Amino acid sequence: MIADLVISLVFIGYAISVLMGFGTILTWVERKQAAVMSDRIGANRAYIRIPGTQVKLVWLGLFHGMADGLKMLLKEDFKPRTYDWYAYAVAPWVVFTPVLLVFAVIPFGGSLTPARLWEPLSAFFGDKTWPMQIATLDAGILIVFAFSGLTIIGAMLAGWSSSNKFSLLGALRAGSQMISYELVLGLTVLGLILVYGTVNLDAMVRQQSGIVLGFLPAWGIVYQPFAATLFLAAAIAENKRIPFDLPEAESELIAGYFTEYSAMKMGLFMFAEFIEIAIIGALFTTLFLGGYNLPYMSDAGFAFPGGAALALPHGAVVVTQLGTFLLKVFLVCSFQILIRWTLPRFRYDQVLMFAWKFMFPLALANLCVTAVVVWAVRA
Amino acid sequence: MSRRPHVRKQYWNEPEMGLWEKAYLPEILRGLWITGSIFLRNMGKWVTGRKGALTTYYPEETRWDYAQANRGKHVLTRRPDGTPQCVACNMCATVCPAKVIEIEAGFDPADAAHPKYPVRFEIDYSRCVFCGLCVEACPEDAIRMAKEVPNLPSGDRWSMWLAKEELLDWQPQSDVAKPYPPAPARVPDGERG
Repeated sequence: MIADLVISLVFIGYAISVLMGFGTILTWVERKQAAVMSDRIGANRAYIRIPGTQVKLVWLGLFHGMADGLKMLLKEDFKPRTYDWYAYAVAPWVVFTPVLLVFAVIPFGGSLTPARLWEPLSAFFGDKTWPMQIATLDAGILIVFAFSGLTIIGAMLAGWSSSNKFSLLGALRAGSQMISYELVLGLTVLGLILVYGTVNLDAMVRQQSGIVLGFLPAWGIVYQPFAATLFLAAAIAENKRIPFDLPEAESELIAGYFTEYSAMKMGLFMFAEFIEIAIIGALFTTLFLGGYNLPYMSDAGFAFPGGAALALPHGAVVVTQLGTFLLKVFLVCSFQILIRWTLPRFRYDQVLMFAWKFMFPLALANLCVTAVVVWAVRA
Repeated sequence: MSRRPHVRKQYWNEPEMGLWEKAYLPEILRGLWITGSIFLRNMGKWVTGRKGALTTYYPEETRWDYAQANRGKHVLTRRPDGTPQCVACNMCATVCPAKVIEIEAGFDPADAAHPKYPVRFEIDYSRCVFCGLCVEACPEDAIRMAKEVPNLPSGDRWSMWLAKEELLDWQPQSDVAKPYPPAPARVPDGERG
């Protein structure tokens, strides 16, 4: 019982540090990647001076994140004269908290047996094995949708309680857009649920460690390439980033639903957005890119298509799985940033038209074809 | 006033999209290919120790493509013996539209040819408009403008003044604009002192 608690606390600490780390690093990655993509250098003037010397540490502009955080903490906390003060104050947290909660059901590694990591640990942990996941829930993907659907309430609250017409317009746009794309998101994942026959995320990842057609890793993107594309597009629209950033379009709505927020409250909205990039990366990795496993790899080690196998010690497997998961998430995040700095913003009617007349029928068609194929294969 | 139904205006350069463009995805992939390849090219340059950007780090780096005739930092020329060629006639300070030049003249009886010389010669670069009128006004070819810009970035305006010592640091190997040494002036004995 105590051992379960300790393991849970360790996993929670790992998950939170990973998310916060990604949220911080991604602000830097976004700046630098955008700069490199457009032949620029990017932010590189913030420095830390070693006390007593003239040595200034720049470290590729990594300190800009600290400078921004400090600025947001020290800025004036502007409060608009609103009748709904409570909703105004609580909105950033309603946006921020569900984003963190989604990560609870995502498996960031295979199974962990502390006794096999280090012999003396068996005195405390026994021979028990824990899946590297905070909450091992059978509902998995349903929990993800339930929590990620909550963020829209925060956006609507923020827009409604700011008593500002621009905020209200942004909130309305956010509401209609997120509801439309939530549907597409659910439909694309339904095809995957048909293929795997489960909604448990860990079971999905375990099924993806096999081989299909003799050499391809049995990743979701191999079974459902179409759904993967639609999922990524819909997820970016859910996150309200360019090309779908209509709720916060600067040229039309100043800053959209968080126009009236300043200092760290605005920072929370921004931070939630960056953490959601990482969450989308983690979801995409788990559903379509084989999760925490390298190709041909499972908890026992590697099993290559030629028949060769390579058994690994437990510690090596755990480290490889954790590292692989982080790397895959980072690559998907980087791809999202590439999309964000490549595509121009949609017009508002185009966004909804794109959702209902283009992506929704495609997702439905994908689901139908998947259902027929799965039925034909299983029959 | 009766309301007419809205008719969308047709522009002469209306883009014509075929099926390929309307399918959206191929064009997106083309755009991603362009930006992604630029990213990889520049990253390849950065990780191999070259510069993958067009940007010039401004105060640390000077641009190589300043024109030869660029009016940048002022320089004071010198005579072969090292004294400034300026005779403190105040012509440049008078013609200066921004009134940035301050000269304090001094008297040197030992140099009969150029008894007047500048004790102080200062230029305020926070106000200078780089028009070059001072160079045109100078009768002695004592002030010129070099191609390089002055090192302006600074936290306060008082460090944007350049004094005589900084302006005199121009050390050309040869100067063809004026014959050196100048012929010594003949001063009658009775007029001296």
